[in-house]
Amino acid sequence: MKKNWPLWEVFVRSKNGLEHRHFGSLHAADAEMALENARDVYTRRSEGVSIWVVESKNITASNPENSGELFEPAQDKVYRHPTFYTLPDEVKHM
Amino acid sequence: MSEKEIKNLEEIFEQRIARDEKIEPKDWMPEKYRKTHIRQISQHAHSEIVGMLPEGNWISRAPSLRRKVALLAKVQDEAGHGLYLYSACETLGISREELYEQLHTGKAKYSSIFNYPTLTWADIGAIGWLVDGAAIINQVPLCSTSYGPYARAMIRVCKEESFHQRQGYEIMMTLANGTPDQKEMAQDALNRWWWPSLMMLGPTDAESVHTEQSMKWKLKRKTNDELRQQFIDQTVPQADLIGLTIPDSDLKWNEETKHYDFGEIDWDEFWQVVKGHGPCNKERLSARVNAWKEGEWVRDAAMAYADKQQENKIKKAI
Amino acid sequence: MKKEKLIQYIYGIADNALMLGQRLSELCGHGPNLETDIACTNIALDLLGQTRSYYQYAAQLTGENVTEDDIAFLRTERQYKNVLLVEQPNNHFGYVITRQFLYDVFHLLLLQELQNSADLTLSAIAKKAIKEVSYHQRFSSDWIKRLGNGTEVSRQKVQEAVNDLWKFTDELFQLTEDDKSVIELGAGVDVSLLKEKYYQIVNDVLEEATLSVPELKWFRKGGKDGIHSEHMGYLLSDLQYMQRTYPNMKW
Repeated sequence: MKKNWPLWEVFVRSKNGLEHRHFGSLHAADAEMALENARDVYTRRSEGVSIWVVESKNITASNPENSGELFEPAQDKVYRHPTFYTLPDEVKHM
Repeated sequence: MSEKEIKNLEEIFEQRIARDEKIEPKDWMPEKYRKTHIRQISQHAHSEIVGMLPEGNWISRAPSLRRKVALLAKVQDEAGHGLYLYSACETLGISREELYEQLHTGKAKYSSIFNYPTLTWADIGAIGWLVDGAAIINQVPLCSTSYGPYARAMIRVCKEESFHQRQGYEIMMTLANGTPDQKEMAQDALNRWWWPSLMMLGPTDAESVHTEQSMKWKLKRKTNDELRQQFIDQTVPQADLIGLTIPDSDLKWNEETKHYDFGEIDWDEFWQVVKGHGPCNKERLSARVNAWKEGEWVRDAAMAYADKQQENKIKKAI
Repeated sequence: MKKEKLIQYIYGIADNALMLGQRLSELCGHGPNLETDIACTNIALDLLGQTRSYYQYAAQLTGENVTEDDIAFLRTERQYKNVLLVEQPNNHFGYVITRQFLYDVFHLLLLQELQNSADLTLSAIAKKAIKEVSYHQRFSSDWIKRLGNGTEVSRQKVQEAVNDLWKFTDELFQLTEDDKSVIELGAGVDVSLLKEKYYQIVNDVLEEATLSVPELKWFRKGGKDGIHSEHMGYLLSDLQYMQRTYPNMKW
């Protein structure tokens, strides 16, 4: 069977101090080429200082069908947020 | 799943979109939503890469080095935009190769405007000014469309495209302010590209089949006729400013509606070109097919090399 | 007199960038796939950018309201000083990559010396271009290896291109009279000294790509003296079309 160039996901750090962010995807035969292609496709306008590429098939994603059990239980844990706690008005910042 | 369950899911789905929530690739979606999006996004992607051809036709003949690099960068951007859009489409479970197959066999459509020839340098100006101008009007609303990957691709496209229309208008302005020969060249290009650009915004609302559903899914936010009016209203003053004449004797400002009235569009021509009888349909398609065919041994070589490297790595590890 | 030599020397470098950029930009929209198309266009844009820097400098040296475009578009074929290699047609992707590779290796060696030029403008242009050309060389070397080690078909095709283009490599190291006088001023690079290093790098990559190095005794030359191949006239008729058809206009 004929093999096509696999899909890669591209993550770019726009400048030092910021995290790598998902920028998009592209096709490449190998990792080296994926990096070069990512440079040519996604940083043509000086958008980045560092690139990660990972073959799309290697990403494990959560299933939206499970999003209820995965993410909703966090919603009522209001005590994790500072606004849950009362402070006397005199304390301006804490 | 039973029909009732699907109906229920569909309702929840439509409510999410109505609430302006985005749909992401792994979310459940009605089959029709998936199919419609594959059709529209791939058609959009095909338009980008077929659109490289008429302009690419003038890269080697651009009249100055400044114009040459600008045009080259613009045509390259279109390749990039095609790539972003194919990637967005691939999240719906179809490969780029399958999408190409649809283009190459004539099953998929692309924007008919690219079946017109670029005969003079002024055509490059007219395409940037009019065709990109019409495209932007079409595209900006898509930045907030319901399908997340499409919306994100469009945001990137719109951001990059901002220089394209300026590039075209600047060419037209330079020609219009130039020698009589140059001005004539610009007017001639405007004459030839004006009506196809109006057609580019799609058939009239009365004839448009997809509009209602597309509105609901935010694939469309305004009707074709509204977009066309917006395009005309914005373009006419730009033509006036550089002393070019829109080739429409019925064109007139309407004080009551606060819009321009305009003449009859030749929809026969539009449908002829859509059906494959435009001046360059054959050339455009065969250029794409040839590039893909001639590139096959290159793509195969890279894949074979990658596989060998992988094997060597494994061997070394053992 | 000295100035005229320097101008000719600049042409000798810049014309290569222009012709190679022109050839590569012919590929735009017709590459083997989108990613590779975009990558090749980036290289073309780098080369055309370098061309403009060199020509703008040459125009400034020339004076008399001469512009970069006069230099790019209004010389006769005999006045272009590029080597024969860069004007060769695209034929197939194997040729595109091989032509690129054979020039990139030379180009980088040249720039690494040119950055030490006593002429500060040339030195500055070289310093900026080195970063671009290092990437070009990486890109083209990687592709030589891919094509050489890829499939049987790709090996044959790239070997065909290597065999065909090899005869143009020796010209890269030929010294012209203008070269000699600019070298004396400390502004130019003695390209004849780059030869050994060049073939060493090229041969290493070819070997890694399992390609054979052609054994040639006869090499083609002439480009540096303005005696080009038959392809050049057609290339120029595209390049110069607008400026020749509509003289003395602004675009």
